[in-house]
Amino acid sequence: MTKFEVGTPVDFVIIGAGAAGGVVAKELSVAGFQVVVLEQGPYFRRKDFQHDELKTRNNWQQPYIGQEVLTNNHERQPNTFRKTAKDKAVIAPTVEYGQGVGGGTVHFTANYWRFHEIDFMERSRWGPIAGTGFSDWPITYAELEPYYSKAEWDIGVSGLAGANPFDAPRSKPYPLPPLPIKSSGALLERGARKLGWHPYPAPMAILSQPYQGRSQCGHCGYCELMGCEFGAKSSTLASVIPVAEKTGRCEIRPHSYVRKISTDRRGRVDGVIYFDGQKQEIFQKAKAVVLCANGAETPRLLLLSKSNLFPDGLANSSGLVGKYLMFDCGQAAEGTFEHPLNEYKSVVVTRVVQDFYDADPKRGFYGGGGLDARFDAYPIGFALYGLPPDVPRWGSEFKKALKENYTRSMMILCHLTTLPMESNTITLDPGMKDAWGLPAMRVTYKNHPDDLKNMAFFRERALELLDAAGAKKKWADTPDDITTSVHLMGTCRMGNDPQQSVVDKYHRAHDIPNLFIVDGSSFVSAGRNQPTCTIQALAYRAAEHIGRMAKNGRI
Amino acid sequence: MHWPSILQAERHAHSMAQATGTLKFDFFSAEQALEVEAIASQIIPSDDGPGAREARTVYFIDRALTTFEREKQSLYPQGLKQLEFKTHEMFPAAKKFSGLSSAQQIQLLKTIEKTDFFETVRVHTIMGFLANPEYGGNYNNIGWKTLGFEDQFFYEPPFGYYDAEYTKNKPQSDPVSDPKS
Repeated sequence: MTKFEVGTPVDFVIIGAGAAGGVVAKELSVAGFQVVVLEQGPYFRRKDFQHDELKTRNNWQQPYIGQEVLTNNHERQPNTFRKTAKDKAVIAPTVEYGQGVGGGTVHFTANYWRFHEIDFMERSRWGPIAGTGFSDWPITYAELEPYYSKAEWDIGVSGLAGANPFDAPRSKPYPLPPLPIKSSGALLERGARKLGWHPYPAPMAILSQPYQGRSQCGHCGYCELMGCEFGAKSSTLASVIPVAEKTGRCEIRPHSYVRKISTDRRGRVDGVIYFDGQKQEIFQKAKAVVLCANGAETPRLLLLSKSNLFPDGLANSSGLVGKYLMFDCGQAAEGTFEHPLNEYKSVVVTRVVQDFYDADPKRGFYGGGGLDARFDAYPIGFALYGLPPDVPRWGSEFKKALKENYTRSMMILCHLTTLPMESNTITLDPGMKDAWGLPAMRVTYKNHPDDLKNMAFFRERALELLDAAGAKKKWADTPDDITTSVHLMGTCRMGNDPQQSVVDKYHRAHDIPNLFIVDGSSFVSAGRNQPTCTIQALAYRAAEHIGRMAKNGRI
Repeated sequence: MHWPSILQAERHAHSMAQATGTLKFDFFSAEQALEVEAIASQIIPSDDGPGAREARTVYFIDRALTTFEREKQSLYPQGLKQLEFKTHEMFPAAKKFSGLSSAQQIQLLKTIEKTDFFETVRVHTIMGFLANPEYGGNYNNIGWKTLGFEDQFFYEPPFGYYDAEYTKNKPQSDPVSDPKS
């Protein structure tokens, strides 16, 4: 195991070992640099991932008792929430992200959608939307395309190139064929074809065949919110982090909770101050820092890192750190069918349809998205939250519904656009503290009206799809403002103008030449809310540029 | 709470399982256990097949209350007292909730179904019915069998009716089912 001295500057400290941090650590260590990765959570081993619903925790569906280690612990790290700056912020678990080596990629569903060309230039195509920060990205799909391919081949993604007529052009097929279809996928395909839509096999970061020494999926069904003990889910823990460690130049430090990125008198980053597992403060010196702590913790840490030189927080001369927060906007509809689907087996999603991906002025609002067919309930969660709303909550009828519905239910989940609003923010709470005595995160969030109109539009499409698939019964929630999110985007947006953005197109902070920010916070738009693939493509691209700049002495 | 207490509960459950036939309670008195079991049996009844009672849900709850659900302990004695009070109030001749007829029990529970106590028992009953059997409930996988959930860690397609039908009806050369063609 590689160990570096804290007093001697390493080439890079990377904060966060998740979707982005894992990729950057691998790329920079393979390129010959010394890398220390600070991760606030534990270092999981495969034996830690057990088939046990009680040991899984969903922050919002109490009482999934048990551990809360795969995701952030709201008891130690509370956040406050308010809809607008006028409201009083109250404690409420709002943001959920992976914590632990591998970050959110350990427990995620493993949907691996690329963005489309339109996602990078939608402002130019659609025009301005009043009251929003709707903008083009400073890069195009074509510039990012090689890194999408690189991500898919490096971590291992299953899918079928060319099957989705709406997909953007790609230079390479997927490295692995699609996973076998499940009943929810077959039903989505049946319904979609009937409606004249174009279903296709879901691109999933799960191995359909053995790949790079890792075993293929065993279809055990314990995917959602769980780690994969087969190593078949392509988390950074299973894929790139072992490669980084093998170089002998990468040290992963779990249980390391960063409180400040430190700067010298010239305003350059000189290291990172963090608490180790015993809450001892440690100063790790570094020549440069890559911040990959996710769209909520990244801006919080920049704000926590304020100093005399940077009184408003690091990298914040634009005043935009923490602003334009974008949550995952979704809409679900559920249905039951005549025969058993047995959706508790295998991966969560096997078919997707993107016929409504692009926004269409004829709808009368801005918005678009994609739909997938899935089932992500374990037995206890299903009994508590998965039954139709008209079923009694206990007694004979309840038991009868459990018996009939568990194997016969599925969900259509729509992944939708989210408009960036300057008023949607991550800030520091003036009163609340976390377990380390640091100011807690305060989240302010309210959706743009078009987000809700889009949800209502997709609610109808999802119900229509269930109908066409032959559902016996179907139901759906009413669209409402999003108050919780697992996808955290947009809080340090990328751009060419230092007054309108926090990082440049290579993820370098406009204000500080040796600070890079690479994660969902770089997003200018939310795409259609499947961010992991794009976070990782950006990370491969950023790492290549950072490595080149470092070698040329330009950091 | 969390890992250590869960592991402790698991070890406890294993040792209980090994001690053949000696089911006993750590938290509940025998009388309390009877009442809790009566409520659980109305939440998931043993009507057309085994329910919460046969799944030994009450043993799960007892173990949960001495391990990972320790902070909910006080709800039970309080709730059971109120249940007794309610029983006397609605059915003056009755001594205990568990002594009521099934119809009377349902009638009474409907009056308390919005209380914290009932909701806690409901959730604990569902957990005890459907959690891994190591925790003391879901005896003989009774809960999982009721749902149609199999206790198996590897599966091969077809998984369900509709994908079996789909695969059967798709021609071999279909590009979706055979990406190499």
